[in-house]
Amino acid sequence: MGKMHVKLTVNGKQVETLAEPRELLIHVLRENLNITGPHIGCETSHCGACTVDMGGKSVKSCTVFAAQANGADITTIEGLGTPDGLHVLQEMFKEHHGLQCGFCTPGMITRAYRLLQENPDPTEEEVRFGMAGNLCRCTGYQNIVKAIMAAAAEMNAVKEAAQ
Amino acid sequence: MIPGSFDYHRPDSVGAAVKLLVDFGDGARVIAGGHSLIPMMKLRMADLDHLIDLQGINDLKSITVSGANVTIGAMVTQHELIANEALFSMAPIVREAALQIADPQVRYVGTLGGNVANGDPGNDMPGLMQCLDASYTVVGPNGSRDIAARSFYEAAYFTERQDDEILTSISFKSKKGGYAYEKQKRKIGDYATAASAVLIEKDGGNCTAASIAMTNLSDTPVCPQEAAAALIGTALDEASISAAVTAAVNAIDPAEDNRGPVEFKKYVAGIMLRRAIERATARA
Ligand SMILES: Cc1cc2nc3c(=O)[nH]c(=O)nc-3n(C[C@H](O)[C@H](O)[C@H](O)COP(=O)(O)OP(=O)(O)OC[C@H]3O[C@@H](n4cnc5c(N)ncnc54)[C@H](O)[C@@H]3O)c2cc1C
Ligand code: FES
Ligand code: FES
Repeated sequence: MGKMHVKLTVNGKQVETLAEPRELLIHVLRENLNITGPHIGCETSHCGACTVDMGGKSVKSCTVFAAQANGADITTIEGLGTPDGLHVLQEMFKEHHGLQCGFCTPGMITRAYRLLQENPDPTEEEVRFGMAGNLCRCTGYQNIVKAIMAAAAEMNAVKEAAQ
Repeated sequence: MIPGSFDYHRPDSVGAAVKLLVDFGDGARVIAGGHSLIPMMKLRMADLDHLIDLQGINDLKSITVSGANVTIGAMVTQHELIANEALFSMAPIVREAALQIADPQVRYVGTLGGNVANGDPGNDMPGLMQCLDASYTVVGPNGSRDIAARSFYEAAYFTERQDDEILTSISFKSKKGGYAYEKQKRKIGDYATAASAVLIEKDGGNCTAASIAMTNLSDTPVCPQEAAAALIGTALDEASISAAVTAAVNAIDPAEDNRGPVEFKKYVAGIMLRRAIERATARA
């Protein structure tokens, strides 16, 4: 089969691109749409560097065909914050040294975002279990967990203050 | 890591999907969550001309509880199995096992139907479904039929399902008693080195019913009746548990691979089963 029209909503914007059905979502995002936040670590469904939020679920975009994603609503790290207005999670990863080389970070933060949507006040153990699909070769995870716990606390404090 | 080319189809009914399977014959395959199939396609170990995506078929996506009967649509994800409270109250072992599969990202998309239809001895759900004595409904060009999970698996990647049939749902009866799913894996997200599902019912300290199944210890799941029989009618004392473990270890036929040699796997299988029996007994 030749190329097909793939329509996506990415970070709130509707986009359309041509792709072969066998192309992987991560390649379409990075190469066709120039959304290079999600990284390719292993390309074998293990590391989570390619994690994006699709239809309210964290998915490994190296294990989704462009054709399967047709019609989906996708959020990547680019949709969470901007250089001038960081997302709380980005802020806390910075503050708590949740990254070293930074390669895993977009996937980590995109996954942590969905985890905190589902469980706004997790225990440390729940954070570790919920982040089990994301590997980091640098940090030893301690500071990633700290950053996510701190982000949860901050988000809850903001929510309470608003009430 | 790019698979060969294929045509993509997204039918909106089981009938339309079966028709595509019949029309395209050998070169066609269905895709559910894709988290077993896509890795195989990337490795070019699965090569197909037509990919039939089941995501558009809403009939395959519900969990129904009616009286003592549970029916789960093939496209229900592992994430949904974990979250569903009605299912938890009918068969809590399903949540316990599903939480030990892969990682959160995989569980959001991996489906129960894909897990049981796949035929990979490493998948956790086939053994669990044998333990629950579940039944699979498949639909093909000649209508639908039910196949017991305990007779569905023929060899690795070979099942009773014909190529032009789609697995539509999985059903079983609610399980009261105690339960446990014990799984040894090298790291989180890994397939089992050995895993064991156990259900136990007790009446006044005596075991009145037991069911045991083991995962990744043969080229199909193993559901040793003689191991369950070693528990039924006993007080679940040490001697009976040891007899059940011995019977189960004799029934498996693990192969040496990067998870370890045969002796090691038999040893781990015995430990997983013993823990599962003890935990199920404590909960019964
Ligand atoms: C990193 C990683 C770790 C994993 N760890 C585990 C683990 O520990 N335990 C475990 O059990 N699994 C594990 N898996 C597999 C995962 O659970 C899969 O999602 C699951 O086995 C298959 O479900 P799927 O919906 O993705 O099926 P797919 O990959 O879409 O399909 C699998 C096969 O089943 C066929 N099929 C699918 N649905 C149907 C249907 N309705 N009717 C007929 N045929 C059908 C397909 O044609 C294909 O041949 C892991 C996967 C990954 C990527
Ligand atoms: S690149 Fe997708 S999981 Fe590693
Ligand atoms: S910061 Fe380097 S891989 Fe995680």
